[in-house]
Amino acid sequence: MSIRLRVNGTEHTLDVDPEMPLLWAVRDVLGLTGTKYGCGQALCGACSIHIDGEVVRACVTPVRRADGKAVTTIEGLSADGSHPLQKAWLELSVPQCGFCQAGQIMTAAALLAKRPKPTEQEIDESMGGNICRCGTYIRIRAAIKKAAGVSEE
Amino acid sequence: MSDPPVRVLRRSFLAGLGLAAGGFALGAFEGDAFADDRKIPQVDIKPSDPATAAKTAAKGAGLRPNVFVHIGADDVVTIVCARSEMGQGVRSSLPVLVADEMGADLVRVKVAQGDGDKAYGDQNTDGSHSVRGMFEDLRRVGAAARIMLVAAAAKRWKVAVASCTAHDGAVFHDATQRTLRFGELADEAGAQPTPKKEDIKLRPLSELKHLGTELPLLDGPDIVAGRAVFGADVKLQGMLTAVVARPPVVGGKVLRHDPAKALAVNGVKRVIVLPEAKRPFAFKPVGGVAVVADNTWAAMRGRAALDITWEPGDNATYDSRAYREGLLTAVKSPGKTARSLGDVDAALAGAKTRVEAVYYAPHLAHASMEPPVAIARVDGNGCEVWTSTQNPQAAKTEVAKALGLDESQVTIHVTLLGGGFGRKSKPDYVVEAALVSKEMGAPVRLQWTREDDIQHDYYHSVSAQRLVAGLDDAGKVVAWRHRIAFPTISSTFTDAKEPSENELQQGVLDTPLAVPNVRAEGCEAIAHTRIGWLRSVANVYHAFAIQSFVDELAHARGVDPLAMQREILGPARIWKPADLGVPKLPNYGQSLDEHPVDTARHHRVLDRVTELSKWSDRNTAGRSLGLAVHRSFLSYVAVVISVVKGKGEKIAVDEAWIVADAGTIVNLERVRSQLEGAVLFGLSHALYGEISMKDGATEQSNFRDYRLMRIAEAPRKVHVEVVKSEGPPGGIGEPGVPPVAPALANALFALTGQRVRDLPIVRSLSV
Repeated sequence: MSIRLRVNGTEHTLDVDPEMPLLWAVRDVLGLTGTKYGCGQALCGACSIHIDGEVVRACVTPVRRADGKAVTTIEGLSADGSHPLQKAWLELSVPQCGFCQAGQIMTAAALLAKRPKPTEQEIDESMGGNICRCGTYIRIRAAIKKAAGVSEE
Repeated sequence: MSDPPVRVLRRSFLAGLGLAAGGFALGAFEGDAFADDRKIPQVDIKPSDPATAAKTAAKGAGLRPNVFVHIGADDVVTIVCARSEMGQGVRSSLPVLVADEMGADLVRVKVAQGDGDKAYGDQNTDGSHSVRGMFEDLRRVGAAARIMLVAAAAKRWKVAVASCTAHDGAVFHDATQRTLRFGELADEAGAQPTPKKEDIKLRPLSELKHLGTELPLLDGPDIVAGRAVFGADVKLQGMLTAVVARPPVVGGKVLRHDPAKALAVNGVKRVIVLPEAKRPFAFKPVGGVAVVADNTWAAMRGRAALDITWEPGDNATYDSRAYREGLLTAVKSPGKTARSLGDVDAALAGAKTRVEAVYYAPHLAHASMEPPVAIARVDGNGCEVWTSTQNPQAAKTEVAKALGLDESQVTIHVTLLGGGFGRKSKPDYVVEAALVSKEMGAPVRLQWTREDDIQHDYYHSVSAQRLVAGLDDAGKVVAWRHRIAFPTISSTFTDAKEPSENELQQGVLDTPLAVPNVRAEGCEAIAHTRIGWLRSVANVYHAFAIQSFVDELAHARGVDPLAMQREILGPARIWKPADLGVPKLPNYGQSLDEHPVDTARHHRVLDRVTELSKWSDRNTAGRSLGLAVHRSFLSYVAVVISVVKGKGEKIAVDEAWIVADAGTIVNLERVRSQLEGAVLFGLSHALYGEISMKDGATEQSNFRDYRLMRIAEAPRKVHVEVVKSEGPPGGIGEPGVPPVAPALANALFALTGQRVRDLPIVRSLSV
């Protein structure tokens, strides 16, 4: 069975096992490596990407669920790294090792699309599925607020 | 092969500088070729390649004063970072030191990642020793280039060398107002003699333009755009993917296996039995069965379909509950004396009161967000590897040994690391990739799953510690006895059963105690799993026990914990080994003359952290503060943690202060981020971290049961202060972690009256 999907604006037809997680279709088949494998069980959020604007954990999402849909990965969030979150992330030097950050940004982008001015509690709730082992949570909160134009207390 | 050139980690500061909040003018070079990596001439930085050396000698090859630096006629300054980037900011720090000493313009600097090669000296990125260990050498590296550039300019201008200066990427002759860019001088400078080490004069620190400033994150733009290359992101033509089923018990082996069902999975190519592990386990793979497939999903499914019967081996009795009892029993009897001052037994016998406490801390897993991964290509020429390793030279040695190759036939390229914390200093996973690639005759990406990572780690040691203090009539502490039992890291490499001096120096031997009678004893404990170093290593549990105990003494006496800290430290002074009661101190490999144990620095960070946190208001309604201070990796860090009663019975950490004196620092921004991260890393372990064993196997398998801190559990605010210091640099990646757990436990006691001596805290309190 072949899967038709649009990834970052480009149409692809994939001849893969429809049960293959979208993560591996994106990484191994399409060669888009910005999306990371962290746990394989939707526990850490490193693989967070968007299907039709909704954030999903690609490591547990069968590729068939993206059939006929639009997938956005970190590579497609903006053409040139100019998404307000990407800019805020750099201005505050959020990343340490950087491995979880694509997932953090994709989850945050889905949040801001729904809630352009989130409260701190909404940020914590939305970002709760994304683990950062280096401990950048303080700056992640601050960068989301900065991108949203919400002031720090 | 038509693989892309090896250009995994070559990045310019330009993108980061362009986005920096201020302080950097891009000047004439804004928007030029530097913004586009593909236009940069590919400088082959590999040092041991004779062809490269020949090219260098040829006219027009630019300036290459040493293996770390190349300056081209195009004015590009390429600086090699030979240490691994794992979030600690080494790529945004070490090259800056070279550039500043050289007088380079950061906008023109490209950073190339060094392959594993002894020509770079020690490359093992651990022990918080990159800046402190290379501070002068890296400046010499930059100074050598500066001297040759200045000599070339002086020659061309026919002026005295002493009348020329180098800064901002050019050599200046102020008297005649002449200037030559480094690029214009590169070829002529390359013909100048390379200065001898003793002839290299370093600049005064005040001339290092960026030292101690906040610099942009070199790899930041790539990271936020998903372009940064980590271990799993390198793709070679014809590359296969392998996952390995490893023996659940360390030292176990495959008794029987049936590959049929695995081979039936679409995409699976082969099933390979790996060599059995032999003691000492060291850096060798643990054996098992590899499943090789044309994609990761197929390899994972193939592994799940394997039918393996394991021979568990002699560690199958390892049970964390029983082992804990063993450690607690061990610290009831005397161990081997490691530190001794006065007569502890007599002082304890004569003490008016005794305070005693036993502390326990479990195994921990590193759980870096990027699980171990390596890509290997073995062919007739040797082996080429791309991997996220902290220790590329060890990887080279181990791969060569495992494949029967000469080390010169093995190349290790270092990618970015998605966290390391000590795990990626051990190249067992790199050897696995090489073995499987050799078997397959094809490039192989060997991917560890999260379950593999949690279940086959080199674990942070489990420990028990018993502290006893004797107080005299006035309440003064006159005796201090500290007994420690934990399976030593040395057990991974030898049959050692006692704590090593290297482990005990991490808080037990070097903590100044203004107490006349002191004894520390290391007790025996046999390891039944692979023990390894995890960020801050033995400091973590030693600081937890010692700094909790100081707080317990304060409460036993009814005095302010800060006053107790000051009393135990005594007046500000330098402590010699004899004052500590030890014959010598390893001192993290550096001299005690340069890096003495100096209680003035303990007091200084205590002063600042208690001022910033308003320690005098430490107990208000529903909120309490806890304090701890600790010296490690030659830096001094004090922490205050604030805890509050949250909704229901739950307790939350709402705020933290961390103050560090790390001597001279390079990149203030990365230093601050390390300290901020250290607070959360330390809190996560103290609150939730626990690895336990049953029947010799790890009980946890993923983030569901190996719990890490999530964003809602992080404090609202973490305040960081770095004390201004011109002393020699100390470590920064690790020293922030050790004081965090005791500061938290002390805060929890102040809030709840419950003393937590067993980690993780979540076992005894609702947090």
